[in-house]
Amino acid sequence: MKLTAQEQAMLDGEYGTGVQLAMKVQVAVGESYDAPYMVPITRAHVALSNQEADLWFVEKLVNGGAVCRVRPTVNPSFNWEQFKEFTTLEAEDEEIVRRTHEAYKKIGAIMTYNCTPYLEKNVPRFGEITAFSESSATPFVNSVYGARSNREAAVSALCAAVTGVVPYYGYLLNENRRGQILVEVEAEMKSDFDYQLLGYCTPKKTGFKLPVFSGLKNPGKEALMNLGAQLNTGGNVAMYHILGFTPEAQTMEAAFQGKEPEAVVRITQEDLDIMRGELTDPYGKIDFALFGCPHLTIDQIATVAGMVQGKRLAVPLFIMTSSLSYVLAEKMDYMRIIREAGGWIVSDTCMDQPCWKFLYGKKGVTDSPKCAYYTRRRQMQFVITELENAVTAALEGEITL
Amino acid sequence: MSKTFECHKISEGQAKGEVLISTDDFCFYLVDPQTGVVIEKNHCLYGQSIAGKILLFPNGKGSSVVQTDGMFQLKMKGTEPKALVIQNPDTTLVASAILMEMPMVDRLEPEFYQTVQNGDLAELDATNGVLKLLGREERE
Repeated sequence: MKLTAQEQAMLDGEYGTGVQLAMKVQVAVGESYDAPYMVPITRAHVALSNQEADLWFVEKLVNGGAVCRVRPTVNPSFNWEQFKEFTTLEAEDEEIVRRTHEAYKKIGAIMTYNCTPYLEKNVPRFGEITAFSESSATPFVNSVYGARSNREAAVSALCAAVTGVVPYYGYLLNENRRGQILVEVEAEMKSDFDYQLLGYCTPKKTGFKLPVFSGLKNPGKEALMNLGAQLNTGGNVAMYHILGFTPEAQTMEAAFQGKEPEAVVRITQEDLDIMRGELTDPYGKIDFALFGCPHLTIDQIATVAGMVQGKRLAVPLFIMTSSLSYVLAEKMDYMRIIREAGGWIVSDTCMDQPCWKFLYGKKGVTDSPKCAYYTRRRQMQFVITELENAVTAALEGEITL
Repeated sequence: MSKTFECHKISEGQAKGEVLISTDDFCFYLVDPQTGVVIEKNHCLYGQSIAGKILLFPNGKGSSVVQTDGMFQLKMKGTEPKALVIQNPDTTLVASAILMEMPMVDRLEPEFYQTVQNGDLAELDATNGVLKLLGREERE
């Protein structure tokens, strides 16, 4: 790779060992993709995870004197103060979350603790070169905004924030943003949940090719969030186009950059129904409900509040959201309504965190296949269904077909 | 009969060990760090241990976080593979391999994939881009 004098100096250790390690990772990534050089970024989002490797790496950078040139927003860990209201945290878990917090503050991150930065606090413009990690975020900025980010790892996005540059490869190049497979959606797409299923189902038919969806009518932000998150979890697909809807796919010509689709596949209602059956654990009695993977929007919180108002939940219900939506929920009374029904709203928190230990070994209901995918390791079971069905299940304590 | 193949270095280092082939894409988070056993339902290596193996798989998969942490936890417990041979690198996998100092290569010719079998003994010099298959009979 051809590096500028400053980038070479970073790699040679002249800016300290933290910057050196960050540049070493980026050069390795660049070389594995035959990138010719680095390009500057103007935004970054780091999928902080508060996991051991995350803490190990950020402390290593901090101890090596690294400070972010481009201050990134960060993913959630867990809000230790809010959790103490309904569970007991283990000392070691609280210690690691506090240490992670300190290290990220030191390196210069903006402590948003939110996995939907593209809706608030870190919204890129069309064509902007960025480094976004987080599986729902990368597809959103690429596809919906037409900004440019590779499918960054949490660690490579942090390296980019530190060095201020990324290798020039992948989705940063026009030709790699070309649609490859036309996906004709024949399913009805009645709910935002259907977009979760579509996202999970598509890579099974298209592999890792860039899909161009036709037949989708005006999906909202939640539907788009869901589609991207699941495409990127079910496969490694961090970009898609929607014909006549997303900015780089106003026409077939634009979406496929003047070429023919390599293949045309169809997704029917039956495909989605089969996917739904494969993803969920068996229906029946449940112990809790959990939402917010990705973080629920204020509109989704309003839906939940509307359904539980004046009622009593049969099982505890938990909502994870951004700190902005948390404050809005307080202001708009959703917080009080949900609390009175026996539910909780927490901010800054991710599903895949040790603060949820009190739910291990239990069976929940959720609207997110991604949530269930990662909790296999936590011995948790999940019935996966529409948000509204899941809230009904939480009111009744069970879910039947 | 040993056979030598050229490959492309992604992450430097040397390793010698038994080959384990995954035809499915791989997520290191869905492996039990205590044992190195794959716990992902419906995965072709479900129930098998990747510890100490030279692991072949087509692509990485999983969110932008979990590959690194999965690999880190295996490394902490000593149940990590000795090296990785992949077909399509992705950013997460490359960054994780560099940080965990795990030798990793790609760009093996098709003949390698026609020749290699589960249980073959292999010697990888990732730094110099050479992978030697020592075959099964030399294992003893």
